[in-house]
Amino acid sequence: MAIETHTNVSHDVHGHAHHDGHHHHKETFITKYIFSEDHKMIAKQFLISGLIWAFIGGAMSIIFRLQLGFPDMNLSFLRPILGGWILETGKLDPEFYLALVTMHGTIMVFFVLTAGLSGTFSNFLIPLQIGARDMASGFMNMLSYWFFFVASLIMFFSIFLETGPASGGWVVYPPLSALPQAMPGSGLGMTMWLVSMALFIVSSLLGGINYITTVINMRTRGMSFSRLPLTIWAFFLTAIIGLLSFPVLFAAALLLIFDRSFGTSFYLSEIYIDGQALPNMGGSPILYQHLFWFLGHPEVYIVLLPALGITSEIIATNARKPIFGYRAMVMSMVAIGILSFIVWAHHMFVTGMNPFLGSIFMFLTLIIAVPSAVKAFNYITTLWRGNIIFTPAMLFSIGLVSVFISGGVTGIVLGNNALDIQLHDTYFVVAHFHIVMGSASFFGFMAGVYHWFPKMFGRMMDPNLGYLHFWLTFIGIYMVFFPMHYIGIAGFPRRYYSFTSFDAFKIFSDLNMFISAAAIITFAAQSIFAFNFIYSIFKGKKAPENPWLSNTLEWTTPRLPGHGNWEGDIPTVHRWAYDYSKPNADKDGFDDFIPQYVPLSKTPHSNLPHEQELAKFEQEEEQSNVNAQH
Amino acid sequence: MATAVNTAKSGRSIWDGGNEPFKASWGKLMMWFFLLSDAFSFSSLLVAYGMVRYSHPAYKGSAEDFKFSTEYWPIPEKVFEAVPFLEGQELPLVFVGIMTFILIMSSVTMVLAVEAGHRNDRRDVEKWMLWTILGGATFLGSQAWEWTHFIHGTPNGGALDPFTGQVVYGANLLHNQYGPTTFANFFFFITGFHGFHVFSGVLLNFLIFYNTTMGIYDRPDRTIDPGAHRYEMVEKVGLYWHFVDLVWVFVFTFFYLV
Repeated sequence: MAIETHTNVSHDVHGHAHHDGHHHHKETFITKYIFSEDHKMIAKQFLISGLIWAFIGGAMSIIFRLQLGFPDMNLSFLRPILGGWILETGKLDPEFYLALVTMHGTIMVFFVLTAGLSGTFSNFLIPLQIGARDMASGFMNMLSYWFFFVASLIMFFSIFLETGPASGGWVVYPPLSALPQAMPGSGLGMTMWLVSMALFIVSSLLGGINYITTVINMRTRGMSFSRLPLTIWAFFLTAIIGLLSFPVLFAAALLLIFDRSFGTSFYLSEIYIDGQALPNMGGSPILYQHLFWFLGHPEVYIVLLPALGITSEIIATNARKPIFGYRAMVMSMVAIGILSFIVWAHHMFVTGMNPFLGSIFMFLTLIIAVPSAVKAFNYITTLWRGNIIFTPAMLFSIGLVSVFISGGVTGIVLGNNALDIQLHDTYFVVAHFHIVMGSASFFGFMAGVYHWFPKMFGRMMDPNLGYLHFWLTFIGIYMVFFPMHYIGIAGFPRRYYSFTSFDAFKIFSDLNMFISAAAIITFAAQSIFAFNFIYSIFKGKKAPENPWLSNTLEWTTPRLPGHGNWEGDIPTVHRWAYDYSKPNADKDGFDDFIPQYVPLSKTPHSNLPHEQELAKFEQEEEQSNVNAQH
Repeated sequence: MATAVNTAKSGRSIWDGGNEPFKASWGKLMMWFFLLSDAFSFSSLLVAYGMVRYSHPAYKGSAEDFKFSTEYWPIPEKVFEAVPFLEGQELPLVFVGIMTFILIMSSVTMVLAVEAGHRNDRRDVEKWMLWTILGGATFLGSQAWEWTHFIHGTPNGGALDPFTGQVVYGANLLHNQYGPTTFANFFFFITGFHGFHVFSGVLLNFLIFYNTTMGIYDRPDRTIDPGAHRYEMVEKVGLYWHFVDLVWVFVFTFFYLV
């Protein structure tokens, strides 16, 4: 059916003049693979960079998990990699432990789940799903990747400094981060961290401005906002959130650079270090926390929303059902986006904040549970009595729903400013955000890779390896992060190098060992994915044009779309993206899906009443267009 | 079953795709969104300034008895009262007032340049862009003078250094004769950040002026994006220039007036 209807694609004659159809320039290796302005190649660059970072960040977590789970272990075998960071005694250098924790957080939050996830799928899917030949500005899009690349290089090189990379935690709070003499990790590593992040912010702004503008101005005819696939809604809102929050981190980072290098006192006041009084007066370290979390909290949703959008698309496609509550899904994402800007102080309940103010932030925080629950329920009701096809992408999407719920529930606990006094900075927090933000976004990332791999590389990934990867990862992350809740409730603080020297914290050494073992297995399971990914790029089964029988426009392109995406004219859009299992579609000659480019006049039996009217209108409009041309 | 979504029942909405819903080319939209984002970086700096200023006590006594001290935040009229060639006279906010007037006038000439661009009038665009560049450069020059004066300080100095007890002359990032060091920190940082924006604006304006003079916007073979007109670059850079001007109004208000 898919192939048959494909010949009926109605074409947009007007198109977007400025991309001038599909005249192919002569492409060299450099313009095609390196300084490419094709959104699909840029997406692949982001994807591969993001995956490399994911393995580096994951490997770091394994090293510090070894320390936490097996504190007496002789780590000499790591000396070929870590060199002097393994002490003579065969133990991990405590300073380097802090550096590992910091870099793991920075890499995962920014380089993997922001650039890797949003960078990959916003770039890849926005033009393809809205029916555009490329992003509004291919050049800025290219710059966006290369700024990210330079940021990556600087961050990567900082790992090899003699004083180590930044080690003040991924939030780099001053005064620790502002005073190079405070610890080795606040030296050059911290400077490079700030420079790298400033470039990263430039990259993400260049990308975000492009995404927003493209969605507003480049949609094909008929692609109204109410017909946008939920993926595009998610990327659109993510870009807006990033646009408004990243400049605040930029300002915060600039002020921190001045405090570090030029002697100002924005964040510093009345400090003794090594018994010596510093001249800095009048600043406030809490100011940094406010500025940081004004980005930091929206950042959580910058990471999560794309994953939720990808999940919406994959669940609807593979449950063969329209997404339940399309409008509610959009509105809940908008609500989450707005709320994300007014809850930042829940990260700062214990900074001595006025308890009344804390209560307001608690109230606003808990409201986020409402749109989040709407989304969770809508996923479940979409699955409900669906004709579910368990592809690896579908499994990862369902896995996302699972971790989104179980991690979200603990968010309600943490959002409470009284309970937070006990739980703040414990492993409970670590467990919470690793499940709800880390794992959920990672699952969305993986789901997206499995689902759109055929369009990216023209080949299929091996589904059996995909199933194995999913189950090991799904069980693994619960094994890793679930026990952490208990450790956190028991009061174990995060970022501690070792618990063996405190009597109070000796009790959970077995549980920590269990977590570390589970983490190693989960990390090892990712090599299955790595193999599958690389092998399938070159040797995978050739993909059909529409392997998942999906409605969206990207599946109307050739198996390996060139720069410009569609060989003929851009398809026009006549319906939303979720006409799956529409009643009476068989009478119109369709199976259980009607792609977006099929005119309503071609489906008289399955149209809903208001669609019948619209079909009539579309025909009249076409008629008048024809008349006008004669 | 399918909770399909209604589109407009009759007629096409401008949001239905295949066109530009804000009737603005993507380039102009990008400028708007960039400015929105930049507004947030300026806002966070001004909020930071407000928070630190609020944590310091204000000066309580009468204005005549005011002396510079690190104990309280200074009265801005007492800090910014110098005007070139009029040494020793107390002329509060006169010089910064002139600077502000020049910057606002350069916004007016920018409006005229944009208007000339709409008429495809190359000579007028050239003329008004030149005035705008001149206005921007004068503002930057005035700021350089004001910074120099602020750094050198007054002949008798001001506040006592809280560590050494000696009189401080002038201000830099470490010491400040006018009050708490954070006052000078924020002054240098925020007016500097704004000045850098003005500087980039002057460069951009010059680029546009150069392109206009070279007749690049009038070239018949130049491809123009849908929804755009020949001199749209003037308009885009104009948006940036007005934004920088607007930001100055806020910086002026928070540093010099209140």
